[in-house]
Amino acid sequence: MSTPALNHHAHDHHHDADSMDIFGFWVYIMSDCILFAIIFAAYAVIHNNTYGAPGIKELTSLPYVLGETIALLASSFTYGMAILALYKGYKNRVMGWLMITFLLGLTFIVMEVNEFVHMYLEGHSWQASAALSGFFTLVGTHGFHVSMGLLWMLILMVQLAKNNITPVMMKRLTYLGLFWAFLDIVWIFVFTIVYLMGSI
Amino acid sequence: MLEQLIFGKLTLEAIPFHNPIIMGAGAVMGLIAAIIVGALFYYKKWGYLWHEWLTSVDHKKIGIMYIILAFVMLLRGFSDAIMMRLQQAMAVGQHTGYLPPEHYDQIFTAHGVIMIFFMAMPFMFGLLNLAVPLQIGARDVAFPYLNSLSLWLTVVGAMLVNISLVVGDFAATGWLAYPPLSELAYSPNVGVDYYIWALQISGVGSLLSGVNFFVTIMKMRCPGMTLMKMPIFTWAALATMILVILAFPVLTVTLGMLFLDRYFGMHFFTSDFGGNAMMYINMIWIWGHPEVYILILPAFGIFSEVVATFSKKKLFGYTTMVWAIGVITILSFVVWLHHFFTMGAGADVNAFFGIATMIIAIPTGVKIFNWLFTMHGGRITFSTPMLWTLGFITTFTVGGMTGVLMSVPAADFQLHNSEFLIAHFHNVIIGGVVFGYLAGFSYWFPKTFGFKLDERLGKCAFWCWIIGFYTAFMPLYVLGLMGMTRRLNHYDASTGFHPYLVVAAIGTAIIACGILFQMIQLIVSFKNREKLRDTTGDPWDGRTLEWSIPSPPPFYNFAVTPVVDSIDAFWEEKQKRLANNGAVQKPHYTDIHMPKNTGTGFIIAMFSGLFGFALVWHIIWLVLVGFIGIIVTVITRTFSTDVDYYVKAAEVQKIENEILNRAN
Repeated sequence: MSTPALNHHAHDHHHDADSMDIFGFWVYIMSDCILFAIIFAAYAVIHNNTYGAPGIKELTSLPYVLGETIALLASSFTYGMAILALYKGYKNRVMGWLMITFLLGLTFIVMEVNEFVHMYLEGHSWQASAALSGFFTLVGTHGFHVSMGLLWMLILMVQLAKNNITPVMMKRLTYLGLFWAFLDIVWIFVFTIVYLMGSI
Repeated sequence: MLEQLIFGKLTLEAIPFHNPIIMGAGAVMGLIAAIIVGALFYYKKWGYLWHEWLTSVDHKKIGIMYIILAFVMLLRGFSDAIMMRLQQAMAVGQHTGYLPPEHYDQIFTAHGVIMIFFMAMPFMFGLLNLAVPLQIGARDVAFPYLNSLSLWLTVVGAMLVNISLVVGDFAATGWLAYPPLSELAYSPNVGVDYYIWALQISGVGSLLSGVNFFVTIMKMRCPGMTLMKMPIFTWAALATMILVILAFPVLTVTLGMLFLDRYFGMHFFTSDFGGNAMMYINMIWIWGHPEVYILILPAFGIFSEVVATFSKKKLFGYTTMVWAIGVITILSFVVWLHHFFTMGAGADVNAFFGIATMIIAIPTGVKIFNWLFTMHGGRITFSTPMLWTLGFITTFTVGGMTGVLMSVPAADFQLHNSEFLIAHFHNVIIGGVVFGYLAGFSYWFPKTFGFKLDERLGKCAFWCWIIGFYTAFMPLYVLGLMGMTRRLNHYDASTGFHPYLVVAAIGTAIIACGILFQMIQLIVSFKNREKLRDTTGDPWDGRTLEWSIPSPPPFYNFAVTPVVDSIDAFWEEKQKRLANNGAVQKPHYTDIHMPKNTGTGFIIAMFSGLFGFALVWHIIWLVLVGFIGIIVTVITRTFSTDVDYYVKAAEVQKIENEILNRAN
């Protein structure tokens, strides 16, 4: 990360300030990883406690969730394209890829909210059983993270339009990239553990 | 209807006008606040307060503010302790004491919560802020603005607890709020909600601090300071921050789930619909056990520094000390179940956790012997920090042994939830954490403020604390063996508890004298500050880098970034200087890059406070105001580019010369 372009103060005293910042963000992501891990653990404990209500298998449709998954995974790819364009200094292409990423992320969120609303309206809310409390909390926490990521992406797009590609913008887009890839990985676990294993 | 929209569940009945104890305490708090505000107006210090303190990103000032918070909350938590001891000394037989059960329950809950979260934690972060950047030769922490945010989030959490005293009530569930008691069905009042939001908000602050100091230590050490050349307190801080980063997300999730149960009718821990209360107890202790090491490891670090300094010797077994810290860090995550052997997890599980717990005694024992061998053959100065350390070594060893005793599951079945447990953990927390932090406080006080604390009063405080401690807590071991359970509000005369509880109450009074001596010590030392002035920057003949700079350090700490090549870098340098007849190289100053002050952290924390308070009382619009306020403030900050500046080399030279002139 310590390319000369990133070192905005050549005579900076704590040199490599950017690499330090990104390391800090990594550490934060690791703590977020623990946060998800403990929710997963709780879900593992209570996912069979359906209290007579139907389980995840009866309530969700795998093909639909696969659609969600593809949208989110594709968004990570497009974000990668945005980063490539960023390093080459093509501002408009960065903007374009970010917009595509944003739309894919939004698709994911809209689909997820839609799934939640359907379950709720059919009477299978988070109040129905401990298993459903766990489901809504685990999937919802991921969804909340993605939504925050979308808000963040919007702001970075505004700032990019205003500031052009500066070292600070590169750093911020790297943060978001880490965050976005992390949410992808978490989702792979959600998809596997909640949906795939839940439908066996 | 409209009233509910505006005020949520909050009504005038939330304020307990009929309860003279609470209203009295509230009035005193209000009076103190009024005096402070009045003084700020009278002396026109609002600007000073805002520019120099509230918006400061200087780790030294943030450290001072953390410690002020810790002291204020210590007084509050200690008042709770006195009330409990009085109640238990009085409520025997037909006497019921002066506290009704529902109030007594809130008091023991508040005592635990305040002492751990709002006394010990801020004290710990305060000392870290004061010492760690100086020990590693850094100008500030990695993320100064985040540091200020962490502080204010902690303050806001503490304020929520204090508000609950007067507006509404506090949890009456015990300090870890076990469900199903803490669920809506059994705790319908706002007490548990205050508990949740006070801890959530301050917990986020602790987590951010954890990340901040971890990165600071990993990335900002001065040239030459490899990991194995770090001062041992910095090592302890590093291990502690790893624990914070790994453990605090668990607390956030656990309390988050309790919140979802209470607000959205979920069923994580309820007794019906498939909820699992034991899951909460497992989760909270997966955080809670590392938490006690989060508190004790920095104390171990402080003792290591103090023992080496006041024995005029290199710390014995530096490498084993580091490994012992590392082993404790890892083991602290595999012992949580020893807090509830009685859960019924079966003999195998209990055996695993029992043995893992016993193993922790080994690295701890290594440390104790390292301290003893450091003193062996040294020239020991019996200063206040050293007295705290000696008191710690003896007291903590007793507490450690009763801990090993309880780690035997069969014995624990007898001792679980008895006064024996209470005696054990106060034995390690007071004897370890409190003594440690007070040692650290008097050790680094001259560095922070530029004058020493009065030694005689410090020693009086120490003797009151240690005698008071033994008087207050040794009877509790006996009471535990007699079968007295914890949190008793009233007991029968035939139990024979009464005399022991009277002795314990006397012990508390002696500790109170210790605290009083400390307050007098602060006042007297401030009055005599010219006489106690530390002009050398090195009042204790110290060994590590913080003593190589003036006291108090200039805002940039090090005019020239130090380069080190050994563990006790400053000590070695002093030896070399002696060999060279005191010749010091003329320093070469360069521009210094510093962060600018910002009010963002303070403002975000205030919105978080609104957010938490509104959630407690279900005031939806205010929840939104708080939440949006937080987000907008964060975003606004990201648009600001004016966040740092340079101190010119000439300016540095001027400041350094001024300090030199003052010293001569």
